[in-house]
Amino acid sequence: MNSERSDPGPYAIVIGLEVHVQLKTASKLFCGCSTQFGAEPNTQTCPVCLGLPGSLPVMNRRAFELALRTAVALQCQIPEYTKWDRKNYFYPDLPKGYQISQFDLPMSHSGWLEIADPKGEFPVRSIRIRRAHLEEDAGKSLHDEASGKADSRIDLNRTGTPLLEIVSEPDLRSPREARAYLNELKLLLEYLEVSDCNMQEGSLRVDANINLHLADAAGGMVATPIVEVKNMNSFRAVERALAYEAERQFAAWRETGRTIAEVPKSTRGWDDQRQATFAQRQKEESSDYRYFPDPDLVPVTVSVSAVDAVRAALGELPAATRQRLESAYRLNAYDADVIVNQGRQFIAYFEQVAQRCGDGKLASNWVTQEVLRILNSAGGTIDRFPISADGLGELIEGVRGGQVPSSRSKELFGAMFSEGLSLAAALRKLGIQALDAGALEQLCRQLLTENPRIVADVKSGKAQAAGALVGLAKKKNANVNPAEVREICARLIAEMP
Amino acid sequence: MMGLTFWFRRFSENNAVAGLARLDAIQLQQMLRTGQISSLELVDALLEQYAAWEPRVGAFLNFRADQARDQARELDRRRSAGADLGLLAGLPVSVKDILCTVDYPTTCGSRMLRDYHSPFDATVVARIRDAGGIVFGKTNLDEFAMGSSTENSALAVTRNPWNTEHVPGGSSGGGAASVSAGICPLAIGTDTGGSIRQPAAFCGISGLKPTYGRVSRYGLVAFASSLDQAGPMARSVPELALLLEAIAGHDPRDATSAPNEVPSYSHTIAEPLRGLRIGIVPDHFDAGLDAEVDAAVREALGAFRARGATVREIELPASRQAIATYYVIAPCEASSNLARYDGVHFGHRSTERDRTDESPLARLYCRSRAEGLGAEVKRRIMLGTYALSSGYYEAYYLQAMRVRRLIRDELLAAFQSVDVIVGPTTPAPAYRLGEKANDPLSMYLEDLYTVSANLAGIPALSVPCGLSRSGLPIGLQIQAAPFAEELLLRAGAMYQQVTDWHQRRPAA
Ligand SMILES: [Zn+2]
Repeated sequence: MNSERSDPGPYAIVIGLEVHVQLKTASKLFCGCSTQFGAEPNTQTCPVCLGLPGSLPVMNRRAFELALRTAVALQCQIPEYTKWDRKNYFYPDLPKGYQISQFDLPMSHSGWLEIADPKGEFPVRSIRIRRAHLEEDAGKSLHDEASGKADSRIDLNRTGTPLLEIVSEPDLRSPREARAYLNELKLLLEYLEVSDCNMQEGSLRVDANINLHLADAAGGMVATPIVEVKNMNSFRAVERALAYEAERQFAAWRETGRTIAEVPKSTRGWDDQRQATFAQRQKEESSDYRYFPDPDLVPVTVSVSAVDAVRAALGELPAATRQRLESAYRLNAYDADVIVNQGRQFIAYFEQVAQRCGDGKLASNWVTQEVLRILNSAGGTIDRFPISADGLGELIEGVRGGQVPSSRSKELFGAMFSEGLSLAAALRKLGIQALDAGALEQLCRQLLTENPRIVADVKSGKAQAAGALVGLAKKKNANVNPAEVREICARLIAEMP
Repeated sequence: MMGLTFWFRRFSENNAVAGLARLDAIQLQQMLRTGQISSLELVDALLEQYAAWEPRVGAFLNFRADQARDQARELDRRRSAGADLGLLAGLPVSVKDILCTVDYPTTCGSRMLRDYHSPFDATVVARIRDAGGIVFGKTNLDEFAMGSSTENSALAVTRNPWNTEHVPGGSSGGGAASVSAGICPLAIGTDTGGSIRQPAAFCGISGLKPTYGRVSRYGLVAFASSLDQAGPMARSVPELALLLEAIAGHDPRDATSAPNEVPSYSHTIAEPLRGLRIGIVPDHFDAGLDAEVDAAVREALGAFRARGATVREIELPASRQAIATYYVIAPCEASSNLARYDGVHFGHRSTERDRTDESPLARLYCRSRAEGLGAEVKRRIMLGTYALSSGYYEAYYLQAMRVRRLIRDELLAAFQSVDVIVGPTTPAPAYRLGEKANDPLSMYLEDLYTVSANLAGIPALSVPCGLSRSGLPIGLQIQAAPFAEELLLRAGAMYQQVTDWHQRRPAA
């Protein structure tokens, strides 16, 4: 199965994503327990999140604030009134027998997120957000009771953790678009500092609904049955699972001809080992959740001025930053995208480098190539990068001004990185003496005076004779730039009578 | 309970404390404060009463004499050290076994929770302890407070102290019986559709369902969350005022608890109300009402008039739908609230295993719930599950919520022109044990006059207003606007200043 395929095939793919984001709060959504990941099982619980008789939930305002910030950034409508509902079902990881969620009056709806492919594989698209609502997480079953094992264990540390469920409209048309949407959403969430977005730790989870629209024999349009794909543990897995699923649905349709009208929505899991989706058993009791308003909680009212205040405090979001970098630093879309995708701190680093050296394009080349190469291979984040933005800016500025030989700039960068040296210290360390333009010209004049034969050879048309001058210049000073020596000498000889 | 006979003997010989059980909480508090008696002497006198009455009445599910004596000793020690012990200093309070306590099991009258120990005290219980009160046993109730006779308790039978062939009412039947029998001066009950007022009426005591949100629900095991409210039960209204003052107030752990300031109910309780405007609802006096109850209520209205009150008729047409509305909303909430009793995390877990069964998990749920829950609880869970199911939700739950709003609006409008609404608490005095046990519908009609207050969230009081010819108490219900407890209690106290029904006691 080739997930890189760009040929859409004889069908249109229709994808909608449901993303569960764990909000970065210190405590759970309805109690004071810690949300820290990785604690011993069942150590971060209390009567409320254990659902003990008599316990009552109280909303964590911080969680609501983070949800609101996200919803506003997703351009959602924020109703003035939102309430909590109980979603009733039985499962061992759900101690109350219901999940507190939001049903018919979510805290936000009708937003959009713009996605673009910097390589231009698909046009800029606005993906509609159907709704984003808050809910509490369930616990974690360490063994699956349904498999019949008697030693099922349940960890309730995660129970009650605040989740924002962000549901897109089925606007995505390819697995690649789905991945781009997820990248952009994750970037936005990180920008907003509302979530760690760590798929391994479960702070970001993706379920995908997918089916195909294709032409039937009569020339009309038919749709294949909708499948919800689960268990994808990376964005790459999402892309692959959707590509696989699209082809599987197409093959199934060709074989059976069964359409959305004949088969209800089903659930399939993604097997990363086998690189295939497989049919999953439905959760028991999942057919009717008997939603009704949770009488233990009071509705939340959000004033227009509160929403305005959140909007005003958002700061610049990724899409706007891309545009600004393109115009302010004359970057192309690809470079701006690469920089913005690294997050706020990286952008700040780039901007400081660019301002220090006075050349956005050069700064972009350095940070997207040298700096990112190291970060990607060695790991780590820009805030701990050994070369400060000013240091890198100084280096680039030196190269631009000729004070630093460009032939040795990578070497200098390496020394500054691995030994944490300033530019001056690195120059000393490598024995590079900064030559300004005047000093170099002086050196060249001296060379020509000392070597009249070479000058004569050049004048008589033997251009290659100038090569010897470069070698002689290097003997005088190891830091000279050969091209510059060649250029200055050529000019001086030409000026000679 | 081992040493009970010993204490019984010892205090039979001690005349200084004899008759303490006949005094009310206000008098006892005075004697405790002035050192005429110690908390321990009071507890011991009440243990005597317990020994005499409990075998006949069965008010308690769990009772620990030693624990009560330990708490009393500790209070005596602190009092003699000069500590300010608070509003309930040294007063024993029985607690309905649906409020969580760390030192007693919290069974909810159910097999499901027979051995359940809560790791925390309900806010109401914590406030009683903070105010110097002594938790004096956990009282019997209809399972999860679902019932009007306490016959739905899966764990014990409670009888009416006035006639042990009769029910004490419910669901706070154990609490009502504990006060009525003189075992303790004060009790905490809970009221979802009348569960404080109806047993108070049946047992000849006073009981108050406060405004929804006035008293924290934290630690009150939920039956119907939007209707449940804990409240005080005692012989007289001034005692209710005292206990309410101790337990009321905002609780950050209950999002539905009200931030309103708590007035000092006990200070203003004796002030009579001038020109009290009473409303009566003609519907309350129609053919369904027992003639003796009718007569007693009309006599009570006369007593109010004699104290300067005016009485006028008001119509509450929407309230005619109150029972139907209540029996949709309460089961809906119950079906969800009781889902947690599934045998997985706490409570009864079926030991039955059928390895061949396709889904052991579903089996565990079904068996645990089938074994752990009683018939009435199951009936309400099924009613609620049905009413919340897709396709029925609009017709039942949503419709009931609309009618509920009408009932509330109608009552709030009525309180523009009257201060209180007075009528019977129940259609008739206490019936015989078993008489309605197989007739859930007629049992539901027990709540006819009481459920509107829960649906509207308003405070409502029941005070004794007579005895039937067969010697059973009759209750008078007084309802007021939200957070008008002070007025409501003063109205009740004013009535009790000129009547002595609340001082009548069942024959020993
Ligand atoms: Zn917790």
